[in-house]
Amino acid sequence: MIRQALRSMPTRARATGRPRELGRTLALAYRLALRLASPLCILLLWELASRAGLVGSHIIAAPSQIGSTLWELLRSGELADHLLISLGRSLAGLSFGVSVGVALALVAGLSRVGEIAVDAPMQMLRTLPSLALVPLFILWLGVGEAMKIAMIAFGTAFPIYLTLFSGIRGVDAKLVEAGRTLGLTRLELIRHVILPGALPAFFVGLRFSLGLSWLVLVVVEQVNATEGIGFLAQDARDFARTDVIVICLLIYCLLGLVIDALVRALEHVTLAWRPSFIKGA
Amino acid sequence: MDMPVSDTPAQAAVHLRRIERRFGEHRVIDGLDLDIAPGEFVALLGASGSGKTTLLRILNGLDRADGGEAEVPAAVATVFQEPRLMPWKRVWQNVTLGVRQADARKRALRALAEVRLSHRIHAYPATLSGGEAQRVALARGLVREPQLFLLDEPFAALDALTRIRMHALLLELWRQHRPAVLLVTHDINEAILLADRVLVLVDGRIAEDLRLDAPRPRQPDAAAESIRQRCLALLGVGGLPSHSSH
Repeated sequence: MIRQALRSMPTRARATGRPRELGRTLALAYRLALRLASPLCILLLWELASRAGLVGSHIIAAPSQIGSTLWELLRSGELADHLLISLGRSLAGLSFGVSVGVALALVAGLSRVGEIAVDAPMQMLRTLPSLALVPLFILWLGVGEAMKIAMIAFGTAFPIYLTLFSGIRGVDAKLVEAGRTLGLTRLELIRHVILPGALPAFFVGLRFSLGLSWLVLVVVEQVNATEGIGFLAQDARDFARTDVIVICLLIYCLLGLVIDALVRALEHVTLAWRPSFIKGA
Repeated sequence: MDMPVSDTPAQAAVHLRRIERRFGEHRVIDGLDLDIAPGEFVALLGASGSGKTTLLRILNGLDRADGGEAEVPAAVATVFQEPRLMPWKRVWQNVTLGVRQADARKRALRALAEVRLSHRIHAYPATLSGGEAQRVALARGLVREPQLFLLDEPFAALDALTRIRMHALLLELWRQHRPAVLLVTHDINEAILLADRVLVLVDGRIAEDLRLDAPRPRQPDAAAESIRQRCLALLGVGGLPSHSSH
């Protein structure tokens, strides 16, 4: 098919180099198809198993049923509403968590005094499974939005802190020395040498944090929530709607992928100097 | 002890007296005296642990002497064995780093032209060859218009052919700009090829100070060979045939 498409291209276009672009697009499509082949097969087997009565819908709904429920939820706008609520909570919590994590990492990473003041408590707190704090946060902040956002903020601050702190401390001392021989002031060293050097580590932390924000969201949205993806899943559990539960899981997956792609794009822009990106470009 | 760092008058670019540096009980630099005239090209030889790097770090301000007096020019540039370019900055940005003048970019481009890298100004360091990266490091030093150019084994990691080209380039830049140069090297031949004076550092002190008057480009001759043998003897590897490097 690819060959046919190429052959049917007018020769003039080929001369201007457009077929090369087309060829690249086709190659990309081919790779994508290859990548999707196995998941599609699994989906097909699952559907067949459901139709044959091997797997009841109380265990897990058939893909086709999940699809039609998804369509319903999409058409009524119900899914979008829940999704927006969840995204809002996640973003609010993340922005607090990332800000606090970055601030603490800078304080601890850039000064000895800061390290003494900040690092030990952070290292102790980080061993707490953040979800175990739900009861305490409920006592402090009630069961409303504040508790949910605070939980996400608390959970997401640590990955940022840990990776950025070690990133700052891991910056090549030889580069810092070179910067000093170039007459850079302390602030210039931080701006031109230390922070750019710590950026790759920060992105690792950011990915962890984004993932964690969803993890925490799933749990806190099952506490006194009337909207959000977590609520939708819990509600579905009460009515044994495995199709809705699977849809919620899919949403989580999809968001994970979207977020990962976003971070990758961000890395591509800000870490364009890395050898792997240079070669890829 | 206080170290006056100032613009020295024309009689000396570097003026060191009784410099000491201790790490614990170990005296790495032990009463070292050194004068380098403006525009003089000095090579410093020394075995590992003889205090070469420590001396260089005192001269470029990365380290402090524990005692003695040191007068070093205000404008000092250092090129290390590794290029030490910031990987996240393009070539020209690496060169302008820390340059305060308003026309920093123009100066950087001029310096890059001098090391023949005008075609690579927008490249990231990861895409440069070893020789190119070291030329950027030279340009980064040059753009500061140093009165003292410190070179810490700058060609040690390069292949032999690149090294020959870099020797010629360094001499050309030195003739053009006439900074005082202190080249730390392991390579006696390199020292004899390039320098006005060859110093041998032994146990934290200048053990030998040999003047070379032969015009450049230099050919290996009997005088060079006798200097070679004396340096080797001081470095504790005397009596070896002339083509073995250790």
